[in-house]
Amino acid sequence: MSIRERMSGNEAMAYAMKQINPDVVAAFPITPSTEVPQYFSNYVSDGEVETEFVAVESEHSAMSACIGAQAAGGRAMTATSANGLALMWECLYIAAASRLPIVLALVNRTLSGPLNIHCDHSDSMGARDSGWIQLYSENNQEAYDNMLMAHRIGEHVDVQLPVMVCQDGFITSHAVENIELEETEKVRAFVGEYNPELYLLNQENPIAVGPLDHFTHSFEHKRQQAQGMMNAKKVVLEVSEEFYKLTGRKYGLFEEYMTEDADVVMVVLNSSAGTAKYVVDDLRKQGKKVGVIKPRLFRPFPVGEIAEALSKFKAIAVMDRADGFNAAGGPLFTEVTSSLLVKGITGPKVVNYIFGIGGRDVKTTDLELVFNNLLQIAETGNVESVYNYLGVRE
Amino acid sequence: MSEKKLTSVPDDVTWQETTIGGTISSAGNAELFKTGAWRSMKPIWLEDKCKQCLLCYPVCPDTAILIDENGKRTDFDYDHCKGCGVCVKVCPFNAIDFVPEG
Repeated sequence: MSIRERMSGNEAMAYAMKQINPDVVAAFPITPSTEVPQYFSNYVSDGEVETEFVAVESEHSAMSACIGAQAAGGRAMTATSANGLALMWECLYIAAASRLPIVLALVNRTLSGPLNIHCDHSDSMGARDSGWIQLYSENNQEAYDNMLMAHRIGEHVDVQLPVMVCQDGFITSHAVENIELEETEKVRAFVGEYNPELYLLNQENPIAVGPLDHFTHSFEHKRQQAQGMMNAKKVVLEVSEEFYKLTGRKYGLFEEYMTEDADVVMVVLNSSAGTAKYVVDDLRKQGKKVGVIKPRLFRPFPVGEIAEALSKFKAIAVMDRADGFNAAGGPLFTEVTSSLLVKGITGPKVVNYIFGIGGRDVKTTDLELVFNNLLQIAETGNVESVYNYLGVRE
Repeated sequence: MSEKKLTSVPDDVTWQETTIGGTISSAGNAELFKTGAWRSMKPIWLEDKCKQCLLCYPVCPDTAILIDENGKRTDFDYDHCKGCGVCVKVCPFNAIDFVPEG
């Protein structure tokens, strides 16, 4: 039986970490993720976990310590936001390339500058090509559930890649909401032990990790890494199915909300998907056929599944809470449009909205505007502007 | 020394067959990688001058000075000696000559 509780998104992630009881947590505090290691160090001090907590002096060191711990054969976790993730940069690539399934709780916050502690997705979107699996979470429940599934996905022998679990800074990280927790014994049985084939502390078979690779072998290792990412999608579905049997909470590659008979949909990540669903409910009462698609898995990107799901709509708005500064559309937009193109789907009109940057409030009226624009596009077939900024003063 | 047989990753290994993430799963397999061809200067061990003081042995940055079962140094391992000349400098008895390679 699940346990009814109420807690913030940060506490939910920390609570998941407590139940997982990793060998090492190395973290440096940064708003808005600070509470994750803060709660966790309480668990350490109270003897509720057996974890070695490393209070490092920077995020670069946090990720480096995680790399060392995971390569040694342990399970390592950390948490960060924004510039903390940016400071981990080179280590993110090394973790992925060395095939170390570290799990990182990422509380999305805008990257400076200008200096700003509030939510957007510029941090995780910047790391989208670092080779980490990325799971996005609408609320505290999804953040908790994704954390519980992250090790199973990353550590799978066909994957062996690190996993980033993302949720929106302040909006869900600091909002206290109801949540269903699982019993710790059940969680530990589900997550299981980490038993890598090769690890540094195995004195029976000593190894070297991260050696000089060069052009003779590096290309093959990158191809192998790409295969891990390609395999991840199937593993995400398998683990999610097992999780569903355990908890009754169902997860896929993305969530579809009121899409069955919809003419137009909005594709949106994380907490704004909740706002979008609320707006959909309102507009449905007015007879407007609108829906939401909320990607959960962004890396790897479920190209075929997303393209197929989107193929039947007349107009699609892809919402980006980060601009890629290609002067044409945000990162989610480019993923979605290239998915449609490579699958030969040219029917739907697709537009992009950059929204909620730097923590700008995402109002129901903003999203209503988007849906109404989509309905107009669906009716007329005319797209006035593909690349748009939503909710900026002008 | 490990009794384990050393294995190397061949240059033509495919991505399906190579070790994951570049991990070297056969520790010490650098021994299989011949680096002697890098040498431009070559140390020559003069056995009659050598007092077996073994000062040369620990300064070798590789493992190119071999010690036998009686604890005495033997000739250079030219498969791995890169000709750095540190052993030549450290020898108090001029028992190591240093000559151009080739």
